[in-house]
Amino acid sequence: MNGKKTIAIIGNPNSGKTTLFNRLTGSNQHVGNWPGVTVDRKTGHVCHDGVGVDIVDLPGIYSLSPYTQEEIIAREYVLSDELDGILNIVDAANIERNLYLTLQLISLGLPMVVALGFMDDVRAQGVQIDVAELERRLGVPVVPISAKKGENIHDLLDELAHGMRVPAQQPTYLHGVGAAIRQASDLLRPLPLRECSLPFYAAKLLEGDKELWAQYGGDMPRDMREQLDALAEGMHSHANSTDNEMVLADALYDYIEEVVRACFKRPKEHKLTVTERIDRIVLHRVWALPIFAFFMFLMFWTTFGPFGSWLGGGMEYLIQELISPAVQAGLTAVGTAEWLINLICDGIIGGVGSMLSFLPQIVILFFFLSVLEDTGYLARVAFIMDTLLRRIGLSGKSFVPMLMGFGCTTPAVMAARTMENDADRRMTIMLTPFMSCSAKLPVYALVAGAVFPAHQGLVVISLYVLGILMGVLAGFLLKKTIFREVSSGFVLELPTYRMPSFKGTVLNMWQKAKDFITRAGTIILLMSVVIWVLQNFTPTLAVAQDAGTSILGVVGTLIAPIFAPLGFGAWQESVALLTGLAAKEAVVSTMSVLYGVGGGAELTALLGSVFTPLSGYCFLVFTLLYMPCMSAFATIKREMGGWRWAFGAAAFQTVLAYLAALVIYQVGSLIL
Amino acid sequence: MKTLNNLKPGQSGIVDRITAEGALKRHFLDMGITKGVAVTMERVAPFGDPVAVRLRGYSLSLRRAEAKKIVLEAGA
Repeated sequence: MNGKKTIAIIGNPNSGKTTLFNRLTGSNQHVGNWPGVTVDRKTGHVCHDGVGVDIVDLPGIYSLSPYTQEEIIAREYVLSDELDGILNIVDAANIERNLYLTLQLISLGLPMVVALGFMDDVRAQGVQIDVAELERRLGVPVVPISAKKGENIHDLLDELAHGMRVPAQQPTYLHGVGAAIRQASDLLRPLPLRECSLPFYAAKLLEGDKELWAQYGGDMPRDMREQLDALAEGMHSHANSTDNEMVLADALYDYIEEVVRACFKRPKEHKLTVTERIDRIVLHRVWALPIFAFFMFLMFWTTFGPFGSWLGGGMEYLIQELISPAVQAGLTAVGTAEWLINLICDGIIGGVGSMLSFLPQIVILFFFLSVLEDTGYLARVAFIMDTLLRRIGLSGKSFVPMLMGFGCTTPAVMAARTMENDADRRMTIMLTPFMSCSAKLPVYALVAGAVFPAHQGLVVISLYVLGILMGVLAGFLLKKTIFREVSSGFVLELPTYRMPSFKGTVLNMWQKAKDFITRAGTIILLMSVVIWVLQNFTPTLAVAQDAGTSILGVVGTLIAPIFAPLGFGAWQESVALLTGLAAKEAVVSTMSVLYGVGGGAELTALLGSVFTPLSGYCFLVFTLLYMPCMSAFATIKREMGGWRWAFGAAAFQTVLAYLAALVIYQVGSLIL
Repeated sequence: MKTLNNLKPGQSGIVDRITAEGALKRHFLDMGITKGVAVTMERVAPFGDPVAVRLRGYSLSLRRAEAKKIVLEAGA
């Protein structure tokens, strides 16, 4: 191998960046995290012509402004010394806005190559592109490609290995603003900045970029700062404006329009694109909603309906009925101590297994999400639903995660990844657990059946509605307290519809599944062991003879008085709620064990005498609203990026649950 | 003063200036909403808000409150 270099692949969202990345690196990828944030950091490796190239997939961005999480990550990375060059993917069918980022990247002065993607789409529209002229005007090599068909990928690899070059000219040095940027670049020379990127720094400082001023403004000698201010002043007064951000954006886009006029020959009449024709139907004022409802139903029904449950049940059968007994038999045969067998089979396989039984549903859900996102429909969902969700301080993109929450909180929280605004995403994650997940249904069915035999259905529906109302209320609360920052609004591209690639979809599903399994193998494993120990040992660490004397039982007895004002003060209920943290449906099995009765009719009859209708309802309200199960909790921790957030969310939910049940019980007692 | 929000589906206009500040202004500029660019109102969402406009060969959706911050040239 002659050398090794690191290249960042950068492009607009929906520019075909991921497809190209997959095409270049194949399955030779590693998914990690950018430090401190939950944006995936993907790296891949390719060896071409004796040169090893590490490719870092930067998040899709529209510009190098420091506003969104993605932009900040990308900007920090391209200004770091880690990379040797930039591969900029440009959507040829959406050339003007894509070149805006290209010009900013050129101002970094790093070796660069532009991949002109979606060439087949452009040709279908009858557009002709003069690539040589485009290359000349941009001053960097341009390779027209089609990532999907693999067109010219070999040429692109040649460029990456040998041909990348430093931009021949600086288009940022444009008429009107060029002189000021060039002078500012010279002024900045004494600062410890990468020399080739001075045009970038100069333009950004003249614009008044807050981040860069905060970073370098303090170290600047006074005369440097004064001269910069004078240049900035001259720049906007020259353009009859008061705002250099606008002056510069105008200048860049003017230049781009000139380039596009020179290099792109469009047919005289504008043919409606496929995307425009699809949107006429899919975003039709009347038909949009029914079509949307149909897609959501299809996704929900496949994931959580018969098909998904069947796969989930199969997984559970595999683990509980086949693997667990086999392990048990094996361990017994080699003479393992009984408590250890118990720990491994009941504690670990039981705990991790109950989480793994979600795996098929998660894979199906991510299949749909991946297709929704890759086709471009997800942006349309946001467009359709935005008005409704904005009322509670969310945005249109929260809809899909919230809907998934009715199935299972764990994948729903993961689905919130599709949201780019961080505050919106965090709020969605915190509110999703209020959507009553399907594991709570057995609890509702049991208790409601016991205390409201005549109105069971109505009671269950009222709980779902209450969950939604509490979600709305919690949304208002959060918006007024921790998420007060002004949202960046709802300026969202409605991207061109594309056929998702099979390879990309499978790869995406596999990565999500792997991520989930890793988590089951680590944090869930640990939590399963902890819960098992709590359930099987007394506080003096002797083996508990019955659940009541175990640590969990003792804790349950201890905390039972806390629940007395809510109407259910028996220790059995408290313990049931604690085991509900392992999995919500465990509330039912725990009650049947603790009350020493079999399931079904026997338990129903008994609960009818334990609960009054009011206390039974309050128990259900608490079950509905308190912190989600450990699988969801671990996912929230992962997605929010820290224990502080996860515990904060859990405390928030539990306190709300307590208050809601308290109010209902106390007010109810007065009335009844 | 005519803003982007005043356009009906099918109507077009030329951007004169934007009155947004901070992150929103930056976002508008980055998405290609600059002085002199032609925008066409494409459609309105089923609940009346947001709207979708077409400019520079692509579709962009934004809320009505945001569209009010994009001032169009008078006449036409």
